[in-house]
Amino acid sequence: MPETDSPAGRGGAALFGNLAERLQAALGKLKGRGKLSERDVEEALREVRLALLEADVNFRVVKDFLAQVKERAVGQEVMQSLTPGQQVIKIVHEELTALMGGSHARLALSGKAPHVVMLVGLQGSGKTTSAAKLANLLRKQGHRPLLVAADVYRPAAIRQLEVLGQQLEVPVFSLGERHDPVDIARAALSHARDRGHDVVVVDTAGRLHVDEELMAELERMAEALNPRETLLVLDAMTGQEAVNVAQRFNERFELSGFILTKLDGDARGGAALSVRAVVGQPVKFAGVGEKLDQLEPFHPERMASRILGMGDVLTLIEKAQMAMDAEEAQRMAAKLKSAEFTLEDFLVQLRQVRNMGPLDQLLGMIPGLAGASQLKGLDVDEKQLKRIEAIIQSMTPEERAHPAIINGSRRRRIARGSGTSVQDVNRLLKQFEQTRGLLKQLGAGKGSRRARSIFARLFQG
Amino acid sequence: MTGLRPDAGEWSHLMRERALTFERRQNMGEGGGWFSRLRAGLAKTRAGLASRVEGLLSGRGGRIDESVYEGLEEALVLADAGVTATMSIMERLRERAKREAPKGAEDLKRMLKEEIAALLRPVARPLALDPPGLAAAMVVGVNGSGKTTSVGKLAWRLQREGRQVIIGAADTFRAAAIEQLQVWGRRAGAAVIAHEPGADPAAVAFDAAQAAVARGADVLLVDTAGRLHTRTNLMEELRKVHRVMTSRLGQPLREVLLVLDATTGQNGLVQARQFAEAVPLTGIVLTKLDGTAKGGIVIAIASELGLPVKLVGVGEGAEDLQDFAPEAFAEALFS
Repeated sequence: MPETDSPAGRGGAALFGNLAERLQAALGKLKGRGKLSERDVEEALREVRLALLEADVNFRVVKDFLAQVKERAVGQEVMQSLTPGQQVIKIVHEELTALMGGSHARLALSGKAPHVVMLVGLQGSGKTTSAAKLANLLRKQGHRPLLVAADVYRPAAIRQLEVLGQQLEVPVFSLGERHDPVDIARAALSHARDRGHDVVVVDTAGRLHVDEELMAELERMAEALNPRETLLVLDAMTGQEAVNVAQRFNERFELSGFILTKLDGDARGGAALSVRAVVGQPVKFAGVGEKLDQLEPFHPERMASRILGMGDVLTLIEKAQMAMDAEEAQRMAAKLKSAEFTLEDFLVQLRQVRNMGPLDQLLGMIPGLAGASQLKGLDVDEKQLKRIEAIIQSMTPEERAHPAIINGSRRRRIARGSGTSVQDVNRLLKQFEQTRGLLKQLGAGKGSRRARSIFARLFQG
Repeated sequence: MTGLRPDAGEWSHLMRERALTFERRQNMGEGGGWFSRLRAGLAKTRAGLASRVEGLLSGRGGRIDESVYEGLEEALVLADAGVTATMSIMERLRERAKREAPKGAEDLKRMLKEEIAALLRPVARPLALDPPGLAAAMVVGVNGSGKTTSVGKLAWRLQREGRQVIIGAADTFRAAAIEQLQVWGRRAGAAVIAHEPGADPAAVAFDAAQAAVARGADVLLVDTAGRLHTRTNLMEELRKVHRVMTSRLGQPLREVLLVLDATTGQNGLVQARQFAEAVPLTGIVLTKLDGTAKGGIVIAIASELGLPVKLVGVGEGAEDLQDFAPEAFAEALFS
């Protein structure tokens, strides 16, 4: 199992947990200065450069991007609430988000129906699965999609789409493997018109961008289909090559966007930034799981955090703000500082965390916890949360405020009251103490390694 | 190359046309070896890296200054070798340059290639599926890396060498994965042991092992479903498939191969680590090297994990799955 704090540059997940920490270290000495000097920025950006390269952002894209950031950052005032390192990260993050297209981009399905969405890409990028997922999403939005199976090369690819279509109850048009894909395209279009389908999602065969013969064939398909959207399906794990692929496909087909697949892994997905930068079109959807409803609109700002390796810090802050009103937040912050954190607060926190969404996703957003290697073995158990809630609710207000008074007979009463065992109560009290200790440490600015182990213990059944 | 021609009725007419194109392509690489074939493939596009590096090297009259080093470093990073591996290779190159005083930029480039080849030579190992006895192998990897196709091609190659191959279709998850493998089985002339979609993959592997033993087959190849290495339950499932096969055969598998797409970036290193933690990997099959991707991630994997590279996929044809040649690979990084 890889260590989070292994030497810099040791492959994806290992590095990215601690970019923020390394930045802090590099810039700690800069604390308190009024404006970002050129040297400050250069120092910080050296770390960012490494992080971006390790995230598979293309070498040249990194170069251009950092030049841009530098220009903007030098001379900027350091905000009161931030250290210079954080300030630089904030600027990098904003620029990354802006580069990836600001907010989420939708499919352009205006004009005369049927609208054709054509999916293209390399072998194994996930076109067939994405086609099915996209049709599912469109149907949920009230469309009447038709899936078209035009991959006549990979054995059983057509069958694969037919099976997926059956599962989704979305009709699949195919003529089998013995037809020219261009003919299939034409026939599919007239079929869609006859049957009143308003969107046609076309799955094409995977091909190399340098395969002249197959690229020409795809061009003929595009002519026949006149697609509203031509989406390049791109594996989130793609390396430096993403740029060449995207450029080549774009030259021939004027891509309207991308679908980024396999984002549920721990790849940082720098390819998303690369292709956006060289083609100028947005990533529109992200594949986040094997299930057919796991295609999501793409969120550039979240991706920016992921590529930077900060976890989804900003999303977390955002969500926390929604779940917790400002006053409450201040009260909590004060408590954390004074270490007056009680079981009552613990319960409030737990409930708020639950309001924010599924725990495993949420934990993934916390820096230092991001990346599955660290989260491994941490299967978050919602039941366990409920049990904790029940135990705390079985305590008197006094017990919640002063857990130290909870003796043996109180423990037995609490266990009976909550339908748990004394061991469960003991464990919770121990976890609470650890959490309180941890929070004290966090307040003092200490690391996330312990946080991880404590989170792990907290949510294991 | 007659073996390439498909059985009538099995491939569509389009496949047949494609097959003929493949033959044409192979002729482009006359002089043999996969490097020439690779080069022929690469020559088709290449606007990027190669010309830039060449330009950098020749444009300065062959003199070596810092920019030459930077150019080489850039080439390595662009090949997906990763920052850490690149930096350590460049460091070795600089030291060597101090000792040996290269005559010019070209000479320096030659040294770099040698360094890379030297790094890769220990991990370039042939498949260990030779007789005697039943040689069992399984393939693992993330979704879309090319496991099923690799099993198909490998079965084809082994059958052509006169070995009797049995294929286990243990990818019971992806829709139509079984049918895909059955098509390959027919092409190769190998029996495919399969259950229903959704069946327990370990049960399929067990039956395949059983069949291989009972029929006295030479080789057993088991395909598994693609899975992201972050899915703990699926990695557990993989362990079970491996365990069940091993115990049925009463001996370790000869090969447990990680199939890795050459376009993979730095996540490839994480994949190698995580899959190796679940099952005892014996090597890598590096697929899709026929595009412009360099597959430099195997350099990172070699320098960190020392995991052997057993096969490379350099084309869509069945015979395009070949042994790994470090010198040719290093050469192609800069071609």
